[in-house]
Amino acid sequence: MDQNLKRTIILEHYQHPAGKGLIDDDTYKRADMNIESCIDEIHMMAKVEDNVIKDIRFDGEACAISTATTSIMINQLKGKTVAEAKKIIENYNNMIYEKEYDKELLGEAIVFDEIYKQPNRIKCATLAWDCIKKIIG
Amino acid sequence: MDIRKDFPILKTNLIYFDNGATTLKPQSVIDAITEYYSHYSANAHRGDYSISQKVDTVYETTRNKVRQFINARETGEIIFTKGSTESLNMIVFGFFKYYLKKGDEILLTKSEHSSNILPWFELGKDIGCVVKYIPLDNKGKVTLNNVKKMINEKTKVISLAHITNVVGDIRPLKEITELAHQHNILVVSDASQSIGHMKVDVTDLDIDFMAFSGHKMCGPTGIGVLYGKYEYLDKMRPMEFGGGMNASFDVDGTVEYKSLPHRLEAGTPNIAGVVGLGAAIDYLNRIGIDNITRIERELRKYALEKLSKIDNVIVYNTHTDSGIIAFNLKGVFSQDTALYLDQHNICVRAGSHCAKMLKDEFNTKNTCRISFYFYNTEEEIDKLVEVLQDGKDIFKVIL
Repeated sequence: MDQNLKRTIILEHYQHPAGKGLIDDDTYKRADMNIESCIDEIHMMAKVEDNVIKDIRFDGEACAISTATTSIMINQLKGKTVAEAKKIIENYNNMIYEKEYDKELLGEAIVFDEIYKQPNRIKCATLAWDCIKKIIG
Repeated sequence: MDIRKDFPILKTNLIYFDNGATTLKPQSVIDAITEYYSHYSANAHRGDYSISQKVDTVYETTRNKVRQFINARETGEIIFTKGSTESLNMIVFGFFKYYLKKGDEILLTKSEHSSNILPWFELGKDIGCVVKYIPLDNKGKVTLNNVKKMINEKTKVISLAHITNVVGDIRPLKEITELAHQHNILVVSDASQSIGHMKVDVTDLDIDFMAFSGHKMCGPTGIGVLYGKYEYLDKMRPMEFGGGMNASFDVDGTVEYKSLPHRLEAGTPNIAGVVGLGAAIDYLNRIGIDNITRIERELRKYALEKLSKIDNVIVYNTHTDSGIIAFNLKGVFSQDTALYLDQHNICVRAGSHCAKMLKDEFNTKNTCRISFYFYNTEEEIDKLVEVLQDGKDIFKVIL
């Protein structure tokens, strides 16, 4: 993908992230993550009903990449079954860590396909994905 | 400028504005360490042969250099540690653990570094003493009046950074110590951000304990100093027991420990670190501490003038005197700003700077921090300003 298009997608999600803001609802399960080596932190909540991810919301302070990937992930995983979600997460991690992966499963998350070239950003790109794993198991 | 030639790392086009984290090293410090490892790398206090004698001489000469540098009364008051954090932990767990009682109060502020907060929190769990915070004024500073308000009959110790690492304000330590001593309160100071930047005179300040790190004053990492008034240090329980700190012991458990300072320096010390620290003190003395203070203030004044002219920069601490500036680009997360500046070879620190409680006072959790040292220049500031002015392109650069 063209770098300008990638940048546009990342910025769009950074400036207008999906699922931003936590709500007061006990039917959601919550998890928090922060990166020990930097300053990003997110708080996440997800509602899983009949094994389907109905909603994901988040809050916190984080950099552009971290925020954008959170938003993209939420769009990707909402409405999926837990099993489907796990497959997408695994596939995303395969891309980040330079293993074989299936582009078709990634949607807009493909914008991070070259993040491995910046090792100091890998944690930013995986924070949200690690957080949702804590919630859905 | 000749000073810059003393620092090999500055031969690249690096712009280093993270001196609050650690300072660059002059060639003379690097050479002194290499000289030790190349020509007399024996252990200390084993003076049976000449190179070991030399180690002892250099080691104890450096202790005396430190004593003179901070104007302590005697060398027994200077303990070598691995840095401020270890020094502060020794003060808290080696002295105050036995000095304080349940319910006694410790006064800190919310702008302290974690190394001056977490040991006290832990001590509270151990013995039930209580941490209270001196309120900061609307500029983030500690005033004598606010200290007065917080003192009561339970207050036993005030522990403050001499200069804070985010706000950069210089605390009125001398006045605070005078007030504290009138109420039988001891004063601890973390001088990490002031040592090597301004004159620190423990006798004039009448401070009871002080901690600092060598690497923030042109010295190597892994070496620092614990200063304490002799009468208090002499009561400190060593945190480590072993070689070098005992005079004699026997099978029945009778032990006699050495006198200060050796009792508090168990094990083979960081000799190369001490050698490097000595060279750093010599170097700073050659530049002159008052010159260093003056250069930093001029740089700060120049930078503030320039930064105030950029619309998209918010400076959080315009009222302080040290070489520390906390800022953000409007609407940009501090880490993204730091990554952007890094693309232009400019090093600044992003984050909460180990002062995680400051968000209450600053109304922002994360900032970028510029911290100057005497080898920084107005030209470097001009470059920073130019790059920040182009900040609207930040995401083109970092994404």
